[in-house]
Amino acid sequence: MSDNTDETNGAPREPGESGAGRERVVGTPSPATEKQLLASQDVSAPAGAGEELDEEAAKRAERVVATFFLLAFAGSVAFIAYYIGWSGRDGGMHGIERARESNYWLGGMMALSFLALAIGVTIWVRRLMTSKPIVQERHELQADPQTREAFTEAFIEGAADSGITKRPLLRRTLLLAAAPLGLAPLVLLRDLGPLPEKRLRHTYWAEAVKKAKAEGRKGVRLVVDGTNAPLKVSDFAAPGSMITVLPEGIEENAHHPLNEIAKAVTILINVPADQFKPAKGRENWHVGGIVAYSKICTHVGCPAALYEQTTHHILCPCHQSTFDATDAAKVVFGPAARPLPQLPLGVEDGYLVATDDFPEPIGPSFWERG
Amino acid sequence: MKRFTAWRRRPWAGYAVVLAALAAIGVIYAGFQPQPDRAEAASTAQAADDLQNGKQLFNKNCASCHGLNGEGSKDGNGKPLAPSLIGVGAASVDFQVSTGRMPAMNPGAQMPRKTPIPDFNVGLKTDYEEPEKRAAAEKQKAQAQKNLADLIAYVDSLSASKGPAIPSAEMVDPKKGDVALGGKLFRTNCAQCHNFVGSGGALTGGKYAPPLDTNDVTPTQIYEAMLTGPQAMPVFNDTTLTPKDKQAIIAYLVQTREEPNPGGFGLGRIGPVSEGLVGWLVGVGLLVLAAMWITAKKPKKLKKS
Repeated sequence: MSDNTDETNGAPREPGESGAGRERVVGTPSPATEKQLLASQDVSAPAGAGEELDEEAAKRAERVVATFFLLAFAGSVAFIAYYIGWSGRDGGMHGIERARESNYWLGGMMALSFLALAIGVTIWVRRLMTSKPIVQERHELQADPQTREAFTEAFIEGAADSGITKRPLLRRTLLLAAAPLGLAPLVLLRDLGPLPEKRLRHTYWAEAVKKAKAEGRKGVRLVVDGTNAPLKVSDFAAPGSMITVLPEGIEENAHHPLNEIAKAVTILINVPADQFKPAKGRENWHVGGIVAYSKICTHVGCPAALYEQTTHHILCPCHQSTFDATDAAKVVFGPAARPLPQLPLGVEDGYLVATDDFPEPIGPSFWERG
Repeated sequence: MKRFTAWRRRPWAGYAVVLAALAAIGVIYAGFQPQPDRAEAASTAQAADDLQNGKQLFNKNCASCHGLNGEGSKDGNGKPLAPSLIGVGAASVDFQVSTGRMPAMNPGAQMPRKTPIPDFNVGLKTDYEEPEKRAAAEKQKAQAQKNLADLIAYVDSLSASKGPAIPSAEMVDPKKGDVALGGKLFRTNCAQCHNFVGSGGALTGGKYAPPLDTNDVTPTQIYEAMLTGPQAMPVFNDTTLTPKDKQAIIAYLVQTREEPNPGGFGLGRIGPVSEGLVGWLVGVGLLVLAAMWITAKKPKKLKKS
């Protein structure tokens, strides 16, 4: 076990240098002579380990292990048999109404198979294999000084021979030739996907408002997500109300309705007018306390719509970002960095309308957002 | 100390510690599970006049917090203790009392659902085998229903403007609702708090959205909750979500209660969170036990000589 002793000093130790003479920091290994990684009196090997087993007990263990292996075999055969013979019938997985039964059988058989295999191997290790301590010898990784010197010499000689040190023009043009080649893989990253361009900066509200304004209207109507019923101010009169809304016509007119809905989804909240504090420059963005905020959390984009009408907090279920509905959806708690974007609202013929898009990109930060 | 050290060095001590820890987790969980508060109340008041009966019930059970005229109360700092009941409407009173939230037993972040006090226990079980037991229960239930109706009539009489009324049985019949529409509306407006199958979830400051997936939660109560927005829940009035939409939501909720769990245990159906937690606590515990056993030092039996 001499390989495990400390040899960094090279020279043999003076007897007086070890032990009590040195200061020892609590928690560090004891110095010098005790610095063996494996103590010579180590007891990890049980008494009698590595000696031959009692053949009778070994035979018994062998039979037990074999039984478990047979059980594992039976389990996997049963798995295959059930899969082909029963589960696969009636158009596969014999219908959703029996999915539970199918899951039980397939999962149970597979579990039995793996478990029996694991138990068998474990018993094999514990009962049959010997536990002789084995010492793995470690050597220094560094080559000896002569080899290293010889390599350095050969390298310098080669460099001088090639003339790379003497002919700078060659050296510089070589570097020039290699540099763009190194950049090439970075360019390939471009093909990982299209750039978002302006798609993350605008929602369907912008398109819908533009269209409505071209028709001489004030803005686009808010419709209830799910029923597509347009909302009047009088419909949404109860303080403490909340509903998810979309721009009118998004399902019929948008190019990719689901993508557009995912971005344009908005929560409409009726905050009691006396508790509402409009932000500067947004004094006319609400209608008597009715405000609209993006439903997409500015942290990582979960639907933040847990509105508590007692505290007027909007909570995101993923990481507990909390926004204050009475104060321009300012962040009051949690990891979100920005308030929820607010949608400017107006009234036209008694209907609630959005007069513009969200003033900033909705949802979490992205690379080019700044 | 010495004895403890000796105990701890026994071969089975490690297993015992891990098993005890697993058991402790189970016991602690059981301890933290919300238990319905038990409420005691005096015998039912009898009065010829319904309104008089309602007033008596109100004074006995409600007035200490909501004031003798239902005007609400405030603490020393002007912070409201109990809201005013002027014009809250029949639906609100019916919801709060029939779910056992009111009368509230002790103030907290939120009033929990519990078995209503005997005066108002309208959900009383009457399906007993013995006729006399059943008759007694039915009588009690009828009295509770009358008490609740009287109380509602009295609270309604406190103001000229009437709040939302109790929906009719037909309005909340889950069989007549459009389940697909209800599912869509529930997922967009309710699932954030109540979970997508209505298993409930946590809110801020100790508040929570209660589970809606048990049969104790009646369709009428679901309708009333949407209509009145109890506690932290927002209001979904009949002009925002029409009675037809509300019926659809009820139909969806009632249908999801009957859905089987394809994996066996539902674990509250909050998805990977509950499964991950169980996996960690129980699964890792068992793996630790197995690892301890596999690597335990055990001398092999030697050849008999």
